[in-house]
Amino acid sequence: MKPSRDESPRPDILKRHSLAVRVMHWVNVVAVVVLLMSGLQIFNAHPALYWGRSSYTGAGPIFAPGSFPGWMTLPGAQWLAMGRRWHLFFAWVLVLNGAAYVAYSIASRHLSRDLWPSRADLRSIGRSIADHLRLRHPAGEAAARYNVLQKLAYLAIVFGVLPLLVLMGLGMSPSLDTVVPGWVDFFGGRQSVRTLHFAAAMVLTAFVAVHVFEVLVTGAWNNLRSMVTGWYRLPSPKGPS
Amino acid sequence: MSDSRPRRRFLARVAGAAGALLLAGCDRLSRSGWFPPILERAETLTRRAQRLVTSRKSMAQEFTEADLSPGFRSNGTEVPDDARYLAMADSGFADWVLEVGGLVERPLKLTLAQLRQMPARTQITRHDCVEGWSAIGKWTGVPLHEVLARARALPRARYVVFHCADPMEGTEDSKYYESIDMDDAHHPQTILAYALNGAPLPIANGAPVRLRVERQLGYKMAKYVMSVELVDSFAHIGGGHGGYWEDRGYEWYAGI
Repeated sequence: MKPSRDESPRPDILKRHSLAVRVMHWVNVVAVVVLLMSGLQIFNAHPALYWGRSSYTGAGPIFAPGSFPGWMTLPGAQWLAMGRRWHLFFAWVLVLNGAAYVAYSIASRHLSRDLWPSRADLRSIGRSIADHLRLRHPAGEAAARYNVLQKLAYLAIVFGVLPLLVLMGLGMSPSLDTVVPGWVDFFGGRQSVRTLHFAAAMVLTAFVAVHVFEVLVTGAWNNLRSMVTGWYRLPSPKGPS
Repeated sequence: MSDSRPRRRFLARVAGAAGALLLAGCDRLSRSGWFPPILERAETLTRRAQRLVTSRKSMAQEFTEADLSPGFRSNGTEVPDDARYLAMADSGFADWVLEVGGLVERPLKLTLAQLRQMPARTQITRHDCVEGWSAIGKWTGVPLHEVLARARALPRARYVVFHCADPMEGTEDSKYYESIDMDDAHHPQTILAYALNGAPLPIANGAPVRLRVERQLGYKMAKYVMSVELVDSFAHIGGGHGGYWEDRGYEWYAGI
């Protein structure tokens, strides 16, 4: 949403996130955490990744890290049937919530207004990278908007990584690969699709790690409050709180 | 801000506690009576959505000889621990008989020789195990619809149940079984396979006959099939969920 000061009690406090975005953000948090953890549970049933149409092509696995520890998996103990139940339920939550988010973002112009980088944004990528590496964060009026790396990261996750992750999940279905014959081969075959599903999940995990890190170093309380209540206090130019 | 450190420590503690609670809570939910049925509702949604976007006769991908997995791996039972089965295996399944009964006009008893004389289909398909691995094999067998046509399924029949020879836990009532609906039963690639890669089906892969249901996961494809029963409900069979693994929490519709 467009930062709004209409009802703001103070000039440096603004409404940063609309109610819809806040609700969908936290639904997504629950879905992603459950999906990642139950996904590792499912992975542990056969902890090896392959490239090709089957697991037994004559070549061995391309990645076989062994099982993930129980504290990373859902459920904690080895329990494939229950892991699948969690995974395939929250996959629907992720997809429906994600579709609602994209529809809302287009309709409310959240996408064009807040997420789409401007030309000036794109020209400042180099400076933004340097700022991020030095943990130097925008303050004052500049902090009211997403910075260019933030915009590009969100767009890449929403329109790149998550759709690929879901599509590769669907590609593992022996039923859905009949919809357009051979479409799974376009991605290298059934086992390649499984590998890409895993790889995309790892990219998503890396994004979550960076996202949470940035939330913490740019004013954890303020950021968290803005995603719960909507209200965000612009950091003073002296430095982040 | 001066109060940022206690706040950060507080937030870290909240996050840690939330994480621990989440883990313990999810495990408790998994073992509760009321929560898993909520998760299980997704199966109906998945089945309906998949049936909506696939046609009833959409064909599973078929491969070429070049794609065959060297030595098609066994999964589940490797040798049924059952005296009657082992005796039949010793005589090359000469006295094995497939019984077809339940909601049919004409119950059948088919020997392996009779099955081999019926119209056959050979298909090179991919077997996707619920664990995540896949293997490609060449299967030859009788399309199930040919068998059902001879037995004349009654209109009341909604499911085909496959009763198998392998006791999963050593006991008679732990014998493997599976069920599919009439759409899958009439699908051209649903076959009772008696050959793998051009040779009689090995015991490790389900001799003398195993089911192939190519648009679902491996556990649907019952091995060591002894009888086929048409029913209008499987609630009274086994644990009532339509299959050995289904009775242990796996989806009846294994389309993903």
